[in-house]
Amino acid sequence: MAARCVAERGLSVCMVEKRPAIGTPVRCAEGIGKELLHEFIPPDERWISAEIDRAKIVVPDGTELTLEPQMAGNEVGYILDRKIFDRELVWIAAEAGSDVQVKTRAVAPLMDNGRVKGARLEFCGQVKDVSAEVVIAADGVESKFARWCGIDTTIPMRELATCAQYVLTDIDIDPHATVFYLGNEIAPEGYVWVFPKGDRSANVGIGISPRKCGPGRRPRDFLDRFVSSHFPQGKPIEYIMGGVPVCEPLDQTVADGLMIIGDAARISDPLTGGGIYNAMFTGKLAAEVATKCIAAGDTGREALQVYDDEWRSSKMGKAIARNYKIKEFFITLSDKKLNALVQSISRINLKEFSTFTLIKELIARNPRLLIDLKQLKDSLS
Amino acid sequence: MLKIHREICGYCGACVSVCPQAALELIDAYLEVDDSCIQCGICTKACPLGALEVTDEVSV
Repeated sequence: MAARCVAERGLSVCMVEKRPAIGTPVRCAEGIGKELLHEFIPPDERWISAEIDRAKIVVPDGTELTLEPQMAGNEVGYILDRKIFDRELVWIAAEAGSDVQVKTRAVAPLMDNGRVKGARLEFCGQVKDVSAEVVIAADGVESKFARWCGIDTTIPMRELATCAQYVLTDIDIDPHATVFYLGNEIAPEGYVWVFPKGDRSANVGIGISPRKCGPGRRPRDFLDRFVSSHFPQGKPIEYIMGGVPVCEPLDQTVADGLMIIGDAARISDPLTGGGIYNAMFTGKLAAEVATKCIAAGDTGREALQVYDDEWRSSKMGKAIARNYKIKEFFITLSDKKLNALVQSISRINLKEFSTFTLIKELIARNPRLLIDLKQLKDSLS
Repeated sequence: MLKIHREICGYCGACVSVCPQAALELIDAYLEVDDSCIQCGICTKACPLGALEVTDEVSV
């Protein structure tokens, strides 16, 4: 997205990917809100696996809470086919004028007096130095480039969602509902998701805290236990694993000649783990700010700081700050409290389909929870 | 030392993100650990598949 936006503004840009392809293997549950996608690209059936019109939350005792938009019949989100979607974004960027290099790895920044001036790239053993007025670090959860520039991007162990996912097929599912399973023995400090990929296929995955992980208690183990009890006949056609930051974003996402976007900046949502929109949003914003700064002849930290200020004060940035507090609260809930949360509520019609409105509804319907939630409520109002 | 069970590793990079020493790096699909590893074991907890193990062996 960043490359596309820079190229559209007439600057030269090169997208560098260390893997042989962009978009595969998938390391993602592939869900995105409808309006969030529409902000960047019109939907295309070539890369939409499923249209979602409701969500379900299942608590440990099996009680289901269904969430539907107030305007019934409208879809609220999509499950993407990111192998095609990501490649579509690459095509668009390339057509806009961006260069692309795959199987090419940045091995070090080029620095001059503490300023980032480009990157040393390696392709099949050949090394070359490429200078750039701005480097945008978009290297995902690993976030090595910014580290090499002196920014500590380490994710605190407890705040990495360690994840495993199957694409399961030949299973009985509601093909238009995303389902979230909660429970301390189902997904400690996290959740299991079932995101439809077709009439009888779904991304079935789990993200948990590594805090209590060990032999027999890793994402793969929890996932296998879930699948054997819920989809014993399901056939896995893909096995996906990865890490998602659920910590707070980095304190600084700019330095002299450097901008950090998406998962590399730890700008994924701490409650849901969602990051597709966040990556596109920060990518576009970084491109806009970089273009202006290059035109003005100043790509120092203070000039690029506009990017940092703007994403933090955006609707997305505020949602991240709020969702972090909500997440910190929710991971303390026992199974008993999770069950109590949805007791006697079987359905909520949400005016706006977002975690924020859901939390407000849950608070409104759980006066007893208000005491526990007081601190949370204050920060939410 | 940190043992990498390559037959288990899914080269996802989760371990790289939590290493306090920045000792881990994914070279394309090949995980490497360098001398700055202090065998803290954080990566072994973060790995979704359990491909990492701190052992008593000393690397030579």
